[in-house]
Amino acid sequence: MLGDIVQYLSDPFNQDRILGYLGEHLQLSLLPLVIGLAAAIPLGWLASRTRSLRLTLMGTANVVYTIPSLALFVVLPGLIGTQITAPINVILALSIYTAALLVRPVVDALDAVPGHVIAAATAMGYRPLRRFFAVELPLSVPVLAAGVRVASVSNISLVSVGALIGTGGLGALFTGGFQIRYLPPIIVGIALTLLLALVMDLLLVGLRRALTPWSRVGGAH
Amino acid sequence: MLQEILSWLTDPAHWSGPDGIPHRLLEHLGYTVVAALAAIAIGVPLGLFVGHTGRGGLALVGLTNGMRALPTLGLVTFLFLVLGSTQTSTLIALVVLAVPPVLAGTYAGVQDTPRGVVDAAQGMGMTGWQRLWRVEVPNATPLLLGGIRNAVLQLVATTTVAAFVGLGGLGRYVLDGLRVYAYPKVAAGALLVAALAVVLDLLLAGLQRVIVPRGLRLAAVTRRRGGVAREPERVGTDVVAGAVAREGANG
Amino acid sequence: MIEFRSVTKRFDDGTVAVDNLNLSVDAGTITVFVGPSGCGKTTSLRMVNRMVEPTEGAVLVDGADVRASDPALLRRRIGYVIQQAGLFPHRTVLDNVATVPLLSGWTRRRARDRAGELLELVGLPTELGKRYPAQLSGGQQQRVGVARALAADPPVLLMDEPFSAVDPVVREGLQDELLRLQAELDKTIVFVTHDIDEAVKVGEKVAVFRQGGHLAQYAEPDELLARPADDFVSEFVGRDRGYRRLSFLDASGIELRDVPTAREGALPEPRPEEWVLVLNAEDRPRGWLPPGSTVDTGSETAEVQPGGSLYTKGTPMRGALDAALSSPSGLGVVVDEDGRYAGVVTAEEVLEAIQQRRAEPEHGEPEQGGFG
Ligand SMILES: Nc1ncnc2c1ncn2[C@@H]1O[C@H](COP(=O)(O)OP(=O)(O)OP(=O)(O)O)[C@@H](O)[C@H]1O
Ligand SMILES: [Mg+2]
Repeated sequence: MLGDIVQYLSDPFNQDRILGYLGEHLQLSLLPLVIGLAAAIPLGWLASRTRSLRLTLMGTANVVYTIPSLALFVVLPGLIGTQITAPINVILALSIYTAALLVRPVVDALDAVPGHVIAAATAMGYRPLRRFFAVELPLSVPVLAAGVRVASVSNISLVSVGALIGTGGLGALFTGGFQIRYLPPIIVGIALTLLLALVMDLLLVGLRRALTPWSRVGGAH
Repeated sequence: MLQEILSWLTDPAHWSGPDGIPHRLLEHLGYTVVAALAAIAIGVPLGLFVGHTGRGGLALVGLTNGMRALPTLGLVTFLFLVLGSTQTSTLIALVVLAVPPVLAGTYAGVQDTPRGVVDAAQGMGMTGWQRLWRVEVPNATPLLLGGIRNAVLQLVATTTVAAFVGLGGLGRYVLDGLRVYAYPKVAAGALLVAALAVVLDLLLAGLQRVIVPRGLRLAAVTRRRGGVAREPERVGTDVVAGAVAREGANG
Repeated sequence: MIEFRSVTKRFDDGTVAVDNLNLSVDAGTITVFVGPSGCGKTTSLRMVNRMVEPTEGAVLVDGADVRASDPALLRRRIGYVIQQAGLFPHRTVLDNVATVPLLSGWTRRRARDRAGELLELVGLPTELGKRYPAQLSGGQQQRVGVARALAADPPVLLMDEPFSAVDPVVREGLQDELLRLQAELDKTIVFVTHDIDEAVKVGEKVAVFRQGGHLAQYAEPDELLARPADDFVSEFVGRDRGYRRLSFLDASGIELRDVPTAREGALPEPRPEEWVLVLNAEDRPRGWLPPGSTVDTGSETAEVQPGGSLYTKGTPMRGALDAALSSPSGLGVVVDEDGRYAGVVTAEEVLEAIQQRRAEPEHGEPEQGGFG
């Protein structure tokens, strides 16, 4: 078995393909993370301000999250008129998931910012928008980061489903291996997915640390 | 477009036989329910044990996080090639995917019982079992059920993907349709899966309302309204997305 | 009675939380463990109900080593109250209080009846029994916590900073309530706090702990304030201990004086040259008539100045000083338990009495007031 894997990996043609899939996988999982986060922050901010909006947004996010990924991958092209095999479908679908998953942490994080801190910032003359970026957003990083980590792991594992419609990064190793009844690419694909998830997670933890220097001194989270 | 999907869905020919909607729906539901029950049978006792004794918590968090990163499609194809049987391999893959949310939800639920409450239970002379059943389990219900809801959602989705290795269920429409570029069939299958997921989730949400003790729901409301700053561990405890978020908040 | 015999607790990480503690807590009294944070109060307390097991030595309750009893059974005979009350959020207030009776095998009905009685005992309306803990204020939750600990009528009660999570006003109320309850119930209570004011208020005896679980001094509150054993204790009880001491010395050593009095509605004419205390028909003080104020009034009561605070005999001496200082005549009015006039004191007399007590060679103080 191990011999098979080594043999499979030592083929330069395979190496090229694997690297290509890895790059695609990274792109397909990372872009949605950034886009989803960028969408979730303003949405969460809106939701944290009005009760009715909060209920609507949270409810929508929940329903969106119940839609299976494969279903979203194949329905989206019909809705937006793209090619069914276009990578944009996977990127868009995963962005939507990410946003749905992150709205709640954003709201929770904003809720968790102590009222007196906001009051103090207002008293010092911050306008709401500026205050949001200078005070509320930085303070919500720890809670937000937890959500982003989940989204990252979830995206990385979901991308491979895209292989069923032709764009799935490392997922192509699974469908390819299955078609020729050959295990090594499947094992390599699983291992690389796990590795990718782990590395991304470590990077995100590092990023959070860098963004929240105050939490290290106080011994808080 | 919508027209075509609708006419596919309403075509009487698609409502009977082994490839008919009722049969596929029942198949899908069957795999989901069996795998969910198995995951509950494994995850709940294990989660209760680790949460109650506090032993192996770190290992458990690491394990569940790792399992969550496993790519569904990879696992299913791997197991199929190793075991050869569609039924066994998909069922194992489904259980492997459903155990982490159940386990993490149960564990987090027990852990979520306030320190003082556990202390008081012990101080009043409850035995270990009494503390577990009368205090920790009731306190764990919101997160435990959240974990089960989450698991069921993942199961509905993953069962679709498992059609790739020949499993029945609604995933058939999607994959068979893709092969012949029959878009209405693909979309109809996808919509049916989504509808099943939403309905099951609503049912479980209703169950959650009934099962979670009233006092706990009130406590959650007070916590929220009181504006008491919640720690990351508390991120959303009652809905699916939240349940996912909190699990990942570990480690 | 609770005895600590050469008790040492060393945690797995090497922390010595309690070091060779020898202490005996009298039955039927409130004994307070006080000391700075982390000095081992909680650990000592929790060794009584075996929530923590001593590394060396033994803890005895009524002469029996606690290790001889099954922990769960032992704990059902020992009430336990903690800081956040630790109420079960998923159970109603009534069911919370009924917990130990139910564990001890009472019927549900009997346990609930008992719980209802206890809510009344701690001063909560019985309607509250149907609520959940989340629907109670912090002070109410603490009361429920006390009721729950008392439910099976345990002879011993352990209280770990039971009132420190509530605001000072509520806390004072809860302390008064505890003293009232104790007068009625006569439990053996060990009470942990790090607030020296609370310690001298509720404690009949106070054990001051020093960092590392050493007992620095074990004495009655008055003794503690009058003669701190060492610098640590005197630093801990604070510089204003003289005034604090007033809180629990009664004025029994002070000789009361008499002043001229008059009945309400029958004020003397002409007015005398000194302050006259006006009493109503039941001998209750109504106010002061200033000296020499001459006639010419439509309503005579207009001249009567409201008196300051009253000092009730047998209550802490601080009240006597307050009465003297707040009185327009400079004379503090002393009344008996029924609120009838008994005499007056001046601030000088109160202070002199304090000086005198402080000078007393050995501890031979009269019985303390304020704990009734
Ligand atoms: N389970 C434990 N393991 C290790 N060390 C402990 C443990 N419990 C308590 N300690 C340590 O033992 C010491 C005494 O703790 P304890 O809780 O008894 O203090 P305390 O007097 O009650 O303090 P506080 O007023 O803050 O409640 C502290 O240094 C504490 O850190
Ligand atoms: Mg303590």
